[in-house]
Amino acid sequence: MPSVSAQAGARVIARGWGWRHAGRRAHAVSALDLVIEPGERVLLLGASGAGKSTLLAGLAGVLGGDEDGDSEGELLVDGREPASQRGRVGLVLQDPDSQVVLARVGDDVAFGCENLAVPRDEIWRRVHESLEAVGLDLPLGASTTELSGGQKQRLALAGALAMRPGLLLLDEPTANLDPAGVVEVRDAVARVSESTGATLVVVEHRVSVWLPVVDRVVVLAAGGGVLADGRPDDVLRAQRDTLTTAGVWVPGVDLPVPSRRRVVGEPLLEATGLAVGRRGARGPAVAADIDLRVVAGRAVAVTGANGAGKSTLALTVAGLLPPVGGRFAASPALAAGAGTSPIRWRPRELLTRIGTVFQDPEHQFLSTTLRRELAVGPRALAVPGPEIDGRVDALLERLRLDHLAAANPFTLSGGEKRRLSVATILASRPSVLVLDEPTFGQDARTWRELVAFLAELLDDGRAVVAVTHDADLVSALADDVLDLSSRGAA
Amino acid sequence: MSVHTSATGREASTATKAPARRWRVVDIVVASVIGVASGVVFWAWGVAYYGTDVLLSFSGGFQGIFNGMWLFAGVLGGIIIRKPGAAVYTEVVAAVVSMLIGTQWGFSVLIWGIVQGLAAEIVLALFLYKSWRLGVVLLAGTVAGLAVGLMDITFSSSAAALAPERQFVYVASSIVSGLVIAGLLSWLAARGLARSGALNRFASGRTTETLV
Amino acid sequence: MSILATIETTGVVSRVNPVAKLLAALVIAIVLLLSIDWVSAGTALVLELLLLPWAGLTARQLVVRTLPLWIAAPSSVLVTAVYGRDEGAVLVDWQVISVTEGSLSLAAAIGLRILAVGIPGIVLLATTDPTDLADGLGQVLRLPARFVLGALAGLRLVGLFMDDWRQLALARRARGVADSGGPIGALRRFGQQAFALLVLSVRRGSKLATAMEAKGFGSDEPRTWARPSVLGGRDIVLVALGAAVAAAAVTAAVVAGTWAFVLA
Repeated sequence: MPSVSAQAGARVIARGWGWRHAGRRAHAVSALDLVIEPGERVLLLGASGAGKSTLLAGLAGVLGGDEDGDSEGELLVDGREPASQRGRVGLVLQDPDSQVVLARVGDDVAFGCENLAVPRDEIWRRVHESLEAVGLDLPLGASTTELSGGQKQRLALAGALAMRPGLLLLDEPTANLDPAGVVEVRDAVARVSESTGATLVVVEHRVSVWLPVVDRVVVLAAGGGVLADGRPDDVLRAQRDTLTTAGVWVPGVDLPVPSRRRVVGEPLLEATGLAVGRRGARGPAVAADIDLRVVAGRAVAVTGANGAGKSTLALTVAGLLPPVGGRFAASPALAAGAGTSPIRWRPRELLTRIGTVFQDPEHQFLSTTLRRELAVGPRALAVPGPEIDGRVDALLERLRLDHLAAANPFTLSGGEKRRLSVATILASRPSVLVLDEPTFGQDARTWRELVAFLAELLDDGRAVVAVTHDADLVSALADDVLDLSSRGAA
Repeated sequence: MSVHTSATGREASTATKAPARRWRVVDIVVASVIGVASGVVFWAWGVAYYGTDVLLSFSGGFQGIFNGMWLFAGVLGGIIIRKPGAAVYTEVVAAVVSMLIGTQWGFSVLIWGIVQGLAAEIVLALFLYKSWRLGVVLLAGTVAGLAVGLMDITFSSSAAALAPERQFVYVASSIVSGLVIAGLLSWLAARGLARSGALNRFASGRTTETLV
Repeated sequence: MSILATIETTGVVSRVNPVAKLLAALVIAIVLLLSIDWVSAGTALVLELLLLPWAGLTARQLVVRTLPLWIAAPSSVLVTAVYGRDEGAVLVDWQVISVTEGSLSLAAAIGLRILAVGIPGIVLLATTDPTDLADGLGQVLRLPARFVLGALAGLRLVGLFMDDWRQLALARRARGVADSGGPIGALRRFGQQAFALLVLSVRRGSKLATAMEAKGFGSDEPRTWARPSVLGGRDIVLVALGAAVAAAAVTAAVVAGTWAFVLA
């Protein structure tokens, strides 16, 4: 395999550097002093708000000019301003869908080279090299929309590589990926950094994934400056507690397994030979022959590879998609007079029986403040005003969102959005909770809180169905596991 | 990340500096996104229009009341991006997209789009791209409505064939439509976007007082 | 989104430079819009129909793509006949409805014009890939690359819109609000969903802009184009054909005496 031509690694110097986004009162980063030598591979950690993403954006030269904010101090790549040498720095961001520029694989990888005025023949040579370097064996005309998350991230990496950067920046590249995708991307990055000798800076809270690749760990302090800097083992040991509180997945720290009362109640939903599909009753089945019992006080984890139909099953169990075949019914305890088929329930009937938390919380937001958002469900049920306030206040407090009661849901952080989406479902007190990838992309702190909260709900006598890739979640919470990988369509 | 913004006087970072004129990449892409989204809406509206067209045409001129739906892209783009050319650009992108998908007006949609965008642009330019109050936005929508009304009664297949008094009704209803749909609705949409934090990189997203 | 998908064909037209297609359709449209008369529209339409086989679309694709026209034309004919400017012998006069010879011929002209203007536009663009069009606009017409490619990137995000819309609809059912309020409620929900989609799209757009900038996009420095776009013989021929159709239409109308310049 031909290696991408070696590029001398870039040298990073920060001297008292700070940045404040336009319109904000507080600085995102302040008084940062940091030197990174060419070829070093750094893992950048810190609590959210410590400015890690801002630092990477600054190094890539994409923070913007006067219109976007104020800077102080100096931030230099190879002794010059980052903005004056785009192409020397490659940046890969967190969201796979928001980095794809063009519709065909080859074109997307070539995009960076075009901007750098690389001659046409050279462009296509680099495109081939880069695609090979990241292990993407796809024709140049392949559609970028059809790629998996891991493939899209590797595509973004290839696009950055084609520019022959001396500095490679990765901002939570595997946060939105399933386990297989995480390994794909990590391996691609490892291969690339071996062969090019470029300087590497990675921001991630999944430390154990990246430990084999990096040789230095830098922790940014929330108020500004550097908290710790040194060899991975040393820093992780010394800063173990700070990092764990900050939500970093520190290797060696045990995940708490919540203690449960193990109340076992009655069956609420039952599926026999169920076949599910995205287009409902008329369409093809994505998965078939599924037997499932949802019992009060017990948690079912649905696992399986991408495309096995987990999300489709979740939506069907939640009464949002009609089953394609087989039998799926609610027990009298759950149905309580509304009929046995959840898909036929009216939305208001669904509210008090089955609550669904979507994979992307933003799809569920309806209102302009948290308080109103939580009140949507109870209001649809014509719950009297004072009781709505009572429920809302209790939930806000329980999920530590009370200080954000007047904030717009879209302005919350990732973890806060996730907690909000769970809270909104609970406001209408459903007996069954269906969760689609609840711990996706969450840091360790949110993870612990969610697991503890779900354990509480189970003890209260509710049932939980969780679709998840997360093996830790399965071992912490699941009473039953349904694995969809081995089934095919009927 | 929570947004803590305050509009009260403080060590304001860039709020008092003169607004830049040059379009950043984020200006271009977001204007395109708004344009494309609007283009899809234009197309869908055109499809829905068939059925109502016949009915409303029996109203003798009042079908101008629908015109606003084709005008809001320019106004919305103009007040979000707040740079010279934003209204024209967004409206043209919307027109091109609806054209690509396929409408019964074919290429004329592009020409209409340019005129509609220019109309809103001229109003915003008159205020030197510095005033973004509700009144200015409503005026932009109104003028766009007037412009498309006049264009239609001169060139368009259906309105040009109307009797003169019907044409007057047409232009009048077009103006009202521009005021309400292109003006008021755009203003509300921009405000909603700003409140949701989607406009963090724009001046239009920083003047709301969301204090948490 | 199947409506937006480019039709892959083996027809000659698919290999023509998109800029040439754009110019050809534009020429015809501008010229025809200058007059409402059935001779110019009819001539253009006949010539276009004769040239249609070269577009390489199957009959089915053709009908599906031009469907808007086949609905709009008859309805416009009807409306114009009934409400149009009245001239000549009166055929029907009942309350507000009046059909005259003048309004009938006007109606015919309108119907034909809708088809004559619409068909080239739709057919030519159905076979155009947006990326190729952007390449053409940037290299042939030398439009600023920042705008052309920025717009193309925005266009690409459309495909994601459709998935989001479905998710948004399901989420509303899950939140218990999918059926309240009757038709007004439905309209309000539509508006809310559309707004939510707008928010998601603008945020995605902002992130994409950062990614593009990180790849060196956005400066005024010269760039190269990985995919060449040049105007060749075939392209000139198409534009010439478009001009010829337009010229023929005008000539026929002037000769027949029906040319009615709208700005006169």
